[in-house]
Formats: sequence, C-alpha cells, structure tokens
Amino acid sequence: MPARRRKPEAGQTVMIKRGGPGGPRAVGKGAKLDPKTLKRLLGYIFKNYKLRFFFVFVCIIVNALAGVAASLFLQELIDGNITPLLEKKMQGQTIVSDDFIPLLWTIGRMALIYAAGIICAFLQQRLMVTISQGVQKSIRDEMFEKMQRLPISYFDRNTHGDIMSHYTNDIDTLRQMLSQSIPQAFSSLITIVSVFIAMCSLSLPLTGFVILSLFVMMLITGKITGKSGKYFIAQQSSIAEVNGYIEEMINGQKVVKVFNHEEPSKEAFDELNEELYVNAREANGFANTLGPINNNLGHLQYALIAVLGGALAIFRIDLLGQTLKIGGIASFLQLSRSFTMPINQIVQQFNFIIMALAGAKRIFALIDEEPETDEGYVTLVNAKKNANGEITESEERTGMWAWKHPHGTGEVSYTPLKGEVTMNDVDFGYVPEKIVLHNVTLYAEPGQKIAFVGSTGAGKTTITNLINRFYDIADGKIRYDGININKIKKDALRHSLGMVLQSTNLFTGTVMENIRYGKLDATDEEVYAAARLANADDFIRRLPKGYDTMLTENGAQLSQGQRQLIAIARAAIADPPVMILDEATSSIDTRTEEIVQKGMDGLMKGRTVFVIAHRLSTVKNSDVIMVLEKGRIIERGNHQKLISEKGRYYKLYTGAFELD
Amino acid sequence: MIKKLAKSIREFKTVSILTPVFMIGEVIMEVVIPLLMAKLVDDGINGNSGEGDMNVILVMGAALVVCCILSLFSGFAGARTGAKAAMGFARNLRKDMFYKIQGYSFSNIDKFSTASLVTRLTTDVTRVQDAYQMILRIAVRAPIMLIFSLIMAFLVNVELSLVFVAVIPILAIGLILIIKFAHPVFERVFKRYDDLNNVVQENVSGMRVVKSFVREDYEIRKFKTISGEIYKDFSFAEKVLAFNNPLMLLCAYGGMLVISWLGADLIVNQGTLTTGQLMSMTTYAMQILMNLMMLSMIFVMVTMSRASAERICEVLDEESDIKSPAGAPLTEVADGSIEFRNVSFEYKKGSGNYALSDINIRINSGETIGIIGGTGSSKSTLVQLIPRLYDVADGSVLVGGKDVREYDLETLRDAVAMVLQKNTLFSGTIKDNLQWGKLDATDEEMTEACRLAQADPFIQEFPDKYDTYIEQDGTNVSGGQKQRLCIARALMKKPKILILDDSTSAVDTATDSKIRKAFREEIPDTTKLIIAQRISSVMDADKILVLDGGKVVNFGTHDELMKSSPIYREVYESQQKGSESDEAVSAPVGKGGEA
Repeated sequence: MPARRRKPEAGQTVMIKRGGPGGPRAVGKGAKLDPKTLKRLLGYIFKNYKLRFFFVFVCIIVNALAGVAASLFLQELIDGNITPLLEKKMQGQTIVSDDFIPLLWTIGRMALIYAAGIICAFLQQRLMVTISQGVQKSIRDEMFEKMQRLPISYFDRNTHGDIMSHYTNDIDTLRQMLSQSIPQAFSSLITIVSVFIAMCSLSLPLTGFVILSLFVMMLITGKITGKSGKYFIAQQSSIAEVNGYIEEMINGQKVVKVFNHEEPSKEAFDELNEELYVNAREANGFANTLGPINNNLGHLQYALIAVLGGALAIFRIDLLGQTLKIGGIASFLQLSRSFTMPINQIVQQFNFIIMALAGAKRIFALIDEEPETDEGYVTLVNAKKNANGEITESEERTGMWAWKHPHGTGEVSYTPLKGEVTMNDVDFGYVPEKIVLHNVTLYAEPGQKIAFVGSTGAGKTTITNLINRFYDIADGKIRYDGININKIKKDALRHSLGMVLQSTNLFTGTVMENIRYGKLDATDEEVYAAARLANADDFIRRLPKGYDTMLTENGAQLSQGQRQLIAIARAAIADPPVMILDEATSSIDTRTEEIVQKGMDGLMKGRTVFVIAHRLSTVKNSDVIMVLEKGRIIERGNHQKLISEKGRYYKLYTGAFELD
Repeated sequence: MIKKLAKSIREFKTVSILTPVFMIGEVIMEVVIPLLMAKLVDDGINGNSGEGDMNVILVMGAALVVCCILSLFSGFAGARTGAKAAMGFARNLRKDMFYKIQGYSFSNIDKFSTASLVTRLTTDVTRVQDAYQMILRIAVRAPIMLIFSLIMAFLVNVELSLVFVAVIPILAIGLILIIKFAHPVFERVFKRYDDLNNVVQENVSGMRVVKSFVREDYEIRKFKTISGEIYKDFSFAEKVLAFNNPLMLLCAYGGMLVISWLGADLIVNQGTLTTGQLMSMTTYAMQILMNLMMLSMIFVMVTMSRASAERICEVLDEESDIKSPAGAPLTEVADGSIEFRNVSFEYKKGSGNYALSDINIRINSGETIGIIGGTGSSKSTLVQLIPRLYDVADGSVLVGGKDVREYDLETLRDAVAMVLQKNTLFSGTIKDNLQWGKLDATDEEMTEACRLAQADPFIQEFPDKYDTYIEQDGTNVSGGQKQRLCIARALMKKPKILILDDSTSAVDTATDSKIRKAFREEIPDTTKLIIAQRISSVMDADKILVLDGGKVVNFGTHDELMKSSPIYREVYESQQKGSESDEAVSAPVGKGGEA
C-alpha cells in the first residue's frame, strides 16, 4: 500500500493557505515537542468534548485492531482453513460443501470485525470534525475577543502581519494537527503496538530483524528531514523576502512607471525569485524523496524477511521455541508492512505536530497578553432632571448624559456630562524608562477649542491618546468633569470622546453602515444629518449607489479627502461632548476644508475640541494654542497672544521655522 | 487557461516530462514487486511440493532487491525532478506576472487592488504550484498504478478480478457524490475565510477607531457571526468528506472477503489458484483502492486550485493599454512645451463619465504653471496625461510639439519627471532612492538635486547622511522630508518638464518658497507644473490654471485671476483670512504681486 504514505503530504497541500508569507512555518532542526502547549491545547478538547473525545479514542482503537486483524486474517484463512482442506483433498477425500462451513465462519467473523472497524472509522471522523472545528472556533473567537481587549500598545509592539498570521497560518496548522495528526498518530501507535505483539507471537528472530531495519529507516529519515528542514527554513525566509519585495514594488508601482524603473525592479525581483526557487526546490526535493526511499526500504525488508523466513521454515530451524509455518511467513510479511507504515506516518505527523504546537504557542501568547485594565466604576447614563431640578437616571435616551458615581458609602451621585478636561502635571512614557511628555498641564473648559502645534514626535497625538486612555499616564492627574479619568469606566470615557484620526479606517460595508458605526441605533435621517454636517452628503449622493455604496479595502474607491469626510460624519453622529481631531482635515484641500470647517464649527459648538493640525490656518481661531516641543508645552495662549510674544509660534506662522 | 499557464513551464519542460516517466518507472516496479513476492512464496517457500526451495527464494529475493533499487532510483529521481518542475514553474509564473505588472499602465493598476495583486503573486501561485506537483507526480502515478494493478490482477485470475469491476463503480459513485456535496461548501468556506481575514485585518489596523467608538463587542459579534458560519460550513463539508474513509474501507474489506471466499473455493475445489496468488490478489485490491482514493483527492485539489489559476490568468491576460508606438517612435523630446488640444478623458472607456473635458491649453517651454482646484476637480488627472500615464479619450496632448503617443514611452517619461501625490520611497539608502532618477548618478549630482529640493540640509544632519537607510515607504522621515526627497529624486532625471502634484503640502511655507526660488533660478529651462492647495505655492507662477469639475475655468496670472476668477479669489481669500492683521509677516509668500 505504498500510496497511503503520501496522504499526509497531500493533506498538507489541501491546507488553506491564506495571507501571511506562505503557509506553515518551517520547523527548526532542534524543534522539540512542547508538553505545556500540548496540554493546554488538549485542554480545549477536554473542556467541551470530553465524551466525544473518549469515543473517538475507542473508535480509533477498534479501527486499528480491525486493521491488525485484517492482516492476520489471511494467515488464519490459509493456515486454518484452506491448507487443511487442501490436505484433505490431497489425501484423496472429497470435499463437500459442509467442509467449507469453518471457512465460512472465519469469513463471517471477519466480516463482523470489519464492520465494526468501518463503523468506528466513520464515527471517529464525524466526531473528530466537530471537535476539531469546534476547538478551532473557540480558539479563534477567544483570540479575537482577547485582541479587542488588548491595549493599543500591543498593536504598537506587533506588526499587523504578525497578528494576522495568528488567524491564518497558525490556525491552519492547528486544524491540520487536530483533524489529522493527532488521530493518525494515535491510531498508528495502537497499530504499532498490536502489530508488534502479533509479530512477536509469530517469530521473535524475524521481529528482531524488522526492528533492526526499522532503525536504519529512521536513521535515513532523520538525515533527510534534517536536510530538507534546513532548506525549508531558508525557503520561509525567501518567501518572506519575495513577498515583501512584491508588496513594496506593487505599492509603489506608479512611481516605478513614472521613473521608467521597470527594468531594475525586474532585475532585483529575479534575484530574489531565483533564491526562493532554489530553496523551495531543495526543500521539496528532499521531502519528496522520503516517500520512495522508505517505501522501497520496506520492499527490501520484505524481500529479506521472505528469504530469512523461508530459510527458517524450510530448514525448520526452531528459534526461541517458535516454529514458523508457511502461512506464518505470509502473515509476518503482511505484518511487517503494517508495522513500518504507521511508524513512517508517525514520523511525518510528528513534524506537523511540532509545527502546529509552535503555532499554538504563538496563539496562546496572544491570548495570555495582559488585557487593558479597567478599574473604573464611574459610568455614563442617560439622565433627566426631575421636578426639583435634580439629575436622575433615565431608562431611555434623553439626549442628556450624566456620570453615575457610586461612592464607598453606597450613595450614588450624578454629575452632568459637560466636557471639561484638565491635565495636571502629567508625565508619560511609552516605556517607563523613557518619558516623552513632561509636566503637561492644561485646562479645557466645556466648549473650548484647544489646539496642539509642534513637530512630528513632539507629543501632540500622545496627549490626546492619554485623554481617552489608550495609554496610562506615569504621573500626574487627568480629570474629566472633575472626575479622575482612572475612576471612569473606559467604555464610558470613550463614549464621551469623539475621535477623527489622520489615517482614516473605514470598514467593509456600505457608506451608511460606516457612518452609523458612530451610533449603532441611528436612524437613516440621523445618518443623513451627520453627513450633511460633515459636508459629505453631496459627494455620497453622487456615488453610484449613494449611501448604499459598498466600501471595500478601507474605501479604496474614494479619495483620501472623501474618506476623511466619512470619518468626520462618523464622529459627528456619535455626538460626544469632547472631540479630538488629529490632523482630521489634512488631506482635504483648503477650499473643501473651508466648507467642512463650517460644518465642523457647527459641530464644535458647545463641545470641547482638541485639534492637532499641520496647517496653522486650521488652529488659528482656537481658544488656546499649545506649542509643544520634545514633550513639553513651550508656549500657550491664543493666536494674538502667541504672535505678540514673537516666540516659536510666531516663527512658525511667519514661515521662519519649519515643522517636521 | 491551461494553455496560458503552460507557457510558464518553459525550461522546466524536460523535468516536467521526466517526472511522470520516472513515476511510471516506479509504478512498474511497484507492480512487479508483488508479482515477484508471490512467486517467492509460491515457488520458493511453498515450492518443492511444500518443502520450500531455497534456490528459488534466493533468486527471487535477488530479483526483488534489484527491482527495489530500480524503484528506489526512479522514485528518488521523480521526487527531485517533480520538485524542480513545480518550483521552477512557480518561479516562472511569479516572474511572468511580475514582468506583466511592470508593463501595466496606470489604468491597469487601478483595476486591481494592491492587496489582491500581492495575493495573486504569492498565495495563488503557491496553490497552483502545489497542484502542479500533485499532477506531475500523483496524478500520473495513480491512474497508471490503477490500470497496472488491474491488469496484473486479471493476469493472476480473471474470475477474482471481476470483483474489482463490481467494486470500482460503487466506489466511484460514492466519491463523486461526496465531492459533489462537499465541493460547493468548500468554495463557500474559502470565501468566508476571506471575509474573516478581512474583519481581522480591518480591526488590527483600525483598532484605535474600534476602541474610541467602544465597538469592541460589536466587532466581536461581527467576527463570531462569520466564524460561526465557517464552523457550520466547514463541519458540514468535512462531515461529508468523512464518508470517504469508511466507504473506502467498506469496499476494501468487502472486496477482500469476497475474494477470500471465492479464492478459497478456487484453490480447494478448482485448484486454479494458489495461496500465493491469493495473497497477491489482496495486495492488488488494496493498491487499486488506494489509487482510487488518490485520484479523488487530486480531483478535489485541482478544483480548489482552479480558482487560483483563474486569478493568475486575469493578471497575465490583462493587456497594457499604453505601449510605445509600433514602427519608429520618436526618441527625442525637442523642448518642454506642452499643449492640450480639445482633450477629454474618462477613467472607464465609454462610461460617458468625463473626468476632463474640452481642455485647451498651451504652455511654453520653461514656464512655471500653477494648478488650483478643489478635491475631484481632476488636477492630478490632467497632469498624468502628459507623461502618458493615461491616454486621452479624445483630442491630443503634445509635448515638444509632438503628440505624446508618437514618442517612445521611455523617452517621454525620462523627459517628464513627475512627483506623484501619493508618493513612495523605497526601502534602501537615500542614495538608492535618488538613483531611481538616474541609475549611474554621481554623489555631486545627488547633492545638487537635494540642494535644489531643499533636502540637503536635513540629510546632512543625519548621522549617515546620504547613506541613511530609509524604511519602506519612508516611515522614518517626516512627511515634509519625504516630499523633498521625492522632489530631489525627480530632479535627478534633469527633466524637460517637472510636475509636482501637491508635493509640498507637508513642507512649511518658507521652505516651499525656497524650493520654488531654486527652480526659478537654477532650472529656468525646465517647464514646471505645480499643483497645490496653498495659494502661496502657485501665486508667483507665470500662469495659474483653475480647474473645476474637469474643466478649465480660468488660465492667467495671479493678478488677472484675482480680477476674473471668483473661484480663485475665494480660495485666496479663505487662505488669507485671519492673517490680514499680520500681512507684513507673511511677506515671504507674498511675492505674487511682483510676477
């Protein structure tokens, strides 16, 4: 049955390879089974599928035993039934149909065993599908749920490609392992043990010989796996390089065109492509030879056993008290094949299991990441004023919001949501050793417009990221409506803050859905109103399907300015008392900005707004302008004041100093 | 489609043919080996009227060893050539696609998203490559093995072999049914996978948006809906596939039992079969069934990779719509004059959706032209017609007095340097990036270009100066620095026409005006087209073009436009507003009046 050995190889190719630099990662030569990860992974199975998994095991055992019985069947048939009949015939007796009854019994018994094997094989596969898919789903869901709870800093530390590959490559290898490798390895193990016992019962010396040849086989397999493993690793890094190059060049394809740079770009590609080819050829070439080599070693072993066994039987050499019969040799030959095959399978599965465990380890690392902590207890509730003018909680939306502040005494106080933000001597560093913001103090009264001006890296965005607690401050205090923001539940805090960022992220879905993202229960009318406010309504209506236009790939079909407008509308519909606009209008031309600005002015009315902008024209009319440099506020005041001070802002404004 | 892909086999044709040949060799040996084994058992172990014949055993054993070695050789060779053929094929496919993409025009590029081109070149090629290797090695092997095994079985015993004839159709029908049910579901699952990955990708890159709108739970629900569908579909498809193994076992075991029963009868009653032959028959039975399984698997694999092959073909089939003219194209651009004659343009041919219409402009060599207009007024579109990044729908664009379609593309684009709005720096040193403009540029030339683009001062501040390593897409330099590097890179070409498409938006006004001053003084003969948002960037130009809705609204000097163009005046005033009080301090940008 040589073909069967190729099954894992084929299974590997069927594996869904999506995204990420090509398929499963290669296993290093020194890769070891990681018992902790394995245990944890099996934990997922036992948690929900204990009974099923138990059944699967029973089925595997029955199926494996049926397989062993199948290879012994021939011996029983020949030695136990056919040979006696032949002997009877040779003695000149006539064979009547009654003589076939024992033979019929043997076949009948075998049919039962086979039937059990088939049923078990079927059950095992069906059950395993549920287990493997179920475990994948729970891991996938858990991973995504966990990811949503991770602090922003996690996304700073890890590249998007890496995070993505947990969902693609790592889960794929896991699928392979759960649905194929584990059951197969287990069934192989059972087969090996039972075949080994059967072989020993037939002939100990021949068994010894099988073990010896097995040893040789393993040695060769090890050598080849080592060689191909080396190339597989090289192949992986080649793939990563080629993918990286393709990505970079195709991204800049228009620049390539403009510069007539096609030829050099082809040359560089050829070089990387060639390297990948060589590594892939060697890696696969070696891996491919494993099958034929082991296969033929099996044949060789078969021939040698036949010769040896033949000699033993013909010369009637009784070794270790066993006498080998002819039928015994035939069975032994069958058994020897059944013995080496599962061992080879285990060797091949072992590679997959190690690869999958490495993937599982990466997945668990993500799941084990420290989530965003939220020790806040102040929440945001719909409020209304009762007859006495006191604020009370309301069930339905009232348009009025209040902070619900439970105190240690059991009392609950309500503070109306106003949008006052203060920062007191705030220090912050992305890493504790390196403080990037020093002694930042600011007061933003409700309805004020506060602007931040400064070079790239001066800390403008960082400040706004502290207000919504994307990061936690190292020292000092930030208060929102007089409440320390650490006491406010993060969800509530972020609900009360609107954000429009420089890099717009739109989601796959219609324009309508994208704007509604800011307020999930918004009516169509509200969406239109928000779009009008952001001056997006016009262009949206001119889109082929208006508000129902599907946006894909981050709104690739829209211009940067149009994407920006949708993002503004999305923030507008949420109607928060505090808005953070981080270079929100940088990609809109000044004329459009003028129009958006008008809408924004309406939007900003009655709101506290933090503005970060490159164009000074955008920030000029702010109540307070903060000039930041190297994490410190070096100037503050309104436009007139800063101009009259003739400091950094003045220089910037007059163009004597450049912002980078 | 197959023909198209087959073109990429090229130098790997020999190994592609050799692989199946070797596989056939291996198959023959694998069929012969059980035959020899049967002989060994019958004439050797059972020979000599049941007493065993050591000579026969030894001869047969030796023959077996030889066959094994032959089989080993062809198996080994087939493995190597198979890998070489498939990997080489993949290499050529990648190369052909990459080359093809290099030849794409802008409109070709617009058709595919970057992400999809990347997946086509990577994941899709890998899938086709795997399928190709499968086909070469196993798709040849399995049917041949099947046929040989059948022939051998018939040679051993015709009556018993009829069992196979009965079993094979049952198995085949079963397999077809399984594939028929499972395949569409698998296809759906793959699409769902794309959706799932898309959600993850959008969340990873938009995490700040998700968090600031407190939409974590919403996203989790969205994700779980899709992952639930995948679970459901995938479970269903795999459960259907779970019939595969039992079905095979059923046929195998059933066949074995029938063969055993009939075989026993033949041995005992008829005497037309030997026990050794019975053993071979069971071996053949297993082989036949195994190979049927392989065939079904290949079938699934190939259908799965078909989608990938189609996506690859789309890339290969896409013909660039802009090519150098046939015959003798012009290889010299006389000067930097530009003329638009009745030009209209649409991104989608025949859509009637004109991005530009009735454009008639004349620009003299060496002039500086400012272009102003709102988002969507087709400013970028207009200038992209000059280096023939797109072709006009109607009318003609002339450079140096000749229609751009008459020039050799490379000549034209060398003469017209363009700094794109969405510009990119590539990973490599500053020098590497500058050399894009001129491959053999000297250090002096680079410094000179950077001096003009006002990039030299900040480059000199970097510890590694011109050898500073730029990260992919220039993420380690500021926006303003990146724009100036891009301008310098364009200047390296020493072009006759220089186009800046909103290329100084992140540069401060003072530096911006220095760049323009340098242009005016040091490259006076170069025609300069400057698209800008800031009015200060264009008001000192020789002429200013005001675009609105794909039409030229006004074309004149700053002073003329202030009088004649309401749009221009509106933009001007909107940008001057609030600074009236300090008009004096914005003097460096206020030179327009002198022009």
